[in-house]
Amino acid sequence: MVRISDLPPDDAKHLLSKKCQPFDSSPWVTGLPLKERRVAMITTAGIHVAGEKTFGFADTAFRIIPGDTKSSDMVMSHTSVNFDRTGFQQDLNVAFPIDRLQELADANEIGSVADFHYGFMGGGSKPSDFEKTAREVAGLLKKDNVDAVMLIPI
Amino acid sequence: MGALGHYIEDEGIATTGISLVREHTEGLRPPRFLWVPFELGRPLGAPNQPDFQREVLRKSLLLLESNSGPVLIEDFDEEAPIGEDRSNENVEGWACPVNFPPPPSDRSEREVALLAEIESLSPWYDFSVRKRGGSSVGASRLSAKQIATFFIKFLDGEVENPQPEISLGNFLKIASEDIKAWYMEAATAQPGYSTSVEIQNWFWGETTAGAIFLDLNSVFEISEDPLLQYMSRSSFVPRNQRFRLK
Repeated sequence: MVRISDLPPDDAKHLLSKKCQPFDSSPWVTGLPLKERRVAMITTAGIHVAGEKTFGFADTAFRIIPGDTKSSDMVMSHTSVNFDRTGFQQDLNVAFPIDRLQELADANEIGSVADFHYGFMGGGSKPSDFEKTAREVAGLLKKDNVDAVMLIPI
Repeated sequence: MGALGHYIEDEGIATTGISLVREHTEGLRPPRFLWVPFELGRPLGAPNQPDFQREVLRKSLLLLESNSGPVLIEDFDEEAPIGEDRSNENVEGWACPVNFPPPPSDRSEREVALLAEIESLSPWYDFSVRKRGGSSVGASRLSAKQIATFFIKFLDGEVENPQPEISLGNFLKIASEDIKAWYMEAATAQPGYSTSVEIQNWFWGETTAGAIFLDLNSVFEISEDPLLQYMSRSSFVPRNQRFRLK
């Protein structure tokens, strides 16, 4: 799972209650073959470098995750209690696959891994609340010559 | 997640991603997503399964080469593998190998019981740190025993925020996540531990820490602090454990 039909009724009701309306436009960017792309990851798991400001309730700000951060230096401060954390506690890559992305770069399946990745906390805010910080991150990604972004939920 | 994809793509950078809740992705209609049938909290499927994780990541990234769009939702057909934690297996009956007595009914005995519980789990937490090269515990900047003492004092009416730069509610939240992570890292370091749900059932149903957290939720519920009230409703006790609230 997660199929809504497999979830406990309260969890299913909660998830289906979230309003997810389509945007007015549907942007679509094409580009180079995957093996030539520079890829950054964005997580909404509330993951950040240990010692940085933890995520608060309805926090739409982002945290910068340098690509060379050791997995043992990353923590999760998402405010939701309704998802499993034991997987993340055993292996960062089940939520933030930084080692897997580097392996794809080493195998020339992607061009390169970005110098910086970004951590958000999803779930507690409306989609439109993220517009300002998402566009800000897009500017930072361009400075890092990123042309592909991998989005990972929790 | 879909909103970030929409806005970043709108700025001219191609995005792809993983969807855990298909209904949300279908509603928002962001550029490209690979829907996966995995448990919330495990978007790459299972811990310590590098080949499987790499395949999920590869399939999502390959959506960038599709000419079909905008709005592309593909399905990842495989279920998550049953890993060493058996979290994708329908098993029941896991018992923590560390034996400690049930939570005391007498509130005056809770601090001693809680500290003893932490002491008995400490070797497994220390082993977890060595095995995994670190820990997700630490945001509160307090040790497990210091957090335990803080929560006992809070229940006894001694309210002092160890991190005055953030609100008391936010500190309570951070400290609660730290102690839960401490318990769960200790539990999952043990051989043969079982599913994520059973770990939750163990923490909330069998430990003194879990019993104290259920009491705390009741205190938050009648607090005058709106943040604590909010936490009591949705951000302290998971929905699948709220049946334990009195």
